[in-house]
Amino acid sequence: MAIYIRETAFDPWQETLSYQQNQLGKSGKFGATASFIGTMRDFNEGDDIQAMTLEHYPGMTEKQLEKIVTEAEQQWDFIDSLIIHRVGDLFPNDPIVLVVVWSAHRGAAFDACRFIMEALKSKAPFWKKETLPSEVRWVEKNTDGYSN
Amino acid sequence: MAIRVRYFANLRELVGHSEEELSAENIETIADILRIINQKNKLPDTVLQAINMDYADLNSTVKDGDEVAFFPPVTGG
Repeated sequence: MAIYIRETAFDPWQETLSYQQNQLGKSGKFGATASFIGTMRDFNEGDDIQAMTLEHYPGMTEKQLEKIVTEAEQQWDFIDSLIIHRVGDLFPNDPIVLVVVWSAHRGAAFDACRFIMEALKSKAPFWKKETLPSEVRWVEKNTDGYSN
Repeated sequence: MAIRVRYFANLRELVGHSEEELSAENIETIADILRIINQKNKLPDTVLQAINMDYADLNSTVKDGDEVAFFPPVTGG
């Protein structure tokens, strides 16, 4: 389990590759890798979004993410997982979040990755503030990932 | 009883500071703390609470030295 909060831009593909090479190597044990990448859009609720600031609760965010991954580990048999989440100032096309799960078979990787991502959206203390052409506003709530 | 109270996101902007020390004799639960805060700044009904970085509810009891946080629904990911 690895959880990182980053204040600067990251490349989710490079991070996945280097974590896999460094932590899992050529173990021959994983047959499935499932990943989710969340990227910043230039629109929300019908408005143009120029930039975004992401805030978190240092300490609690990491603690809640660890609890989420531990819960996933109890439900599915997977080998390792990686979470990276941005904070600070972001712009359209910037990666916001990366969740990767490695397992022997695809079921655990797919399901644990989805579970971790949905739990992150509803429980991990992060908050987004959007910059529109004419105003700055806080995002009020996340949508349910299973209904859209 | 001294409690460190922290505020995040729009609640920080609403109260005008990111944290404060709350000292009072009659504090037992989160609801007691919220009552004191609401006298100055009414927090929205959607407010979430944490004690020492774990989610809590209005009936959760607090003890001397605890860190209590108030924040809006989370919007990460």
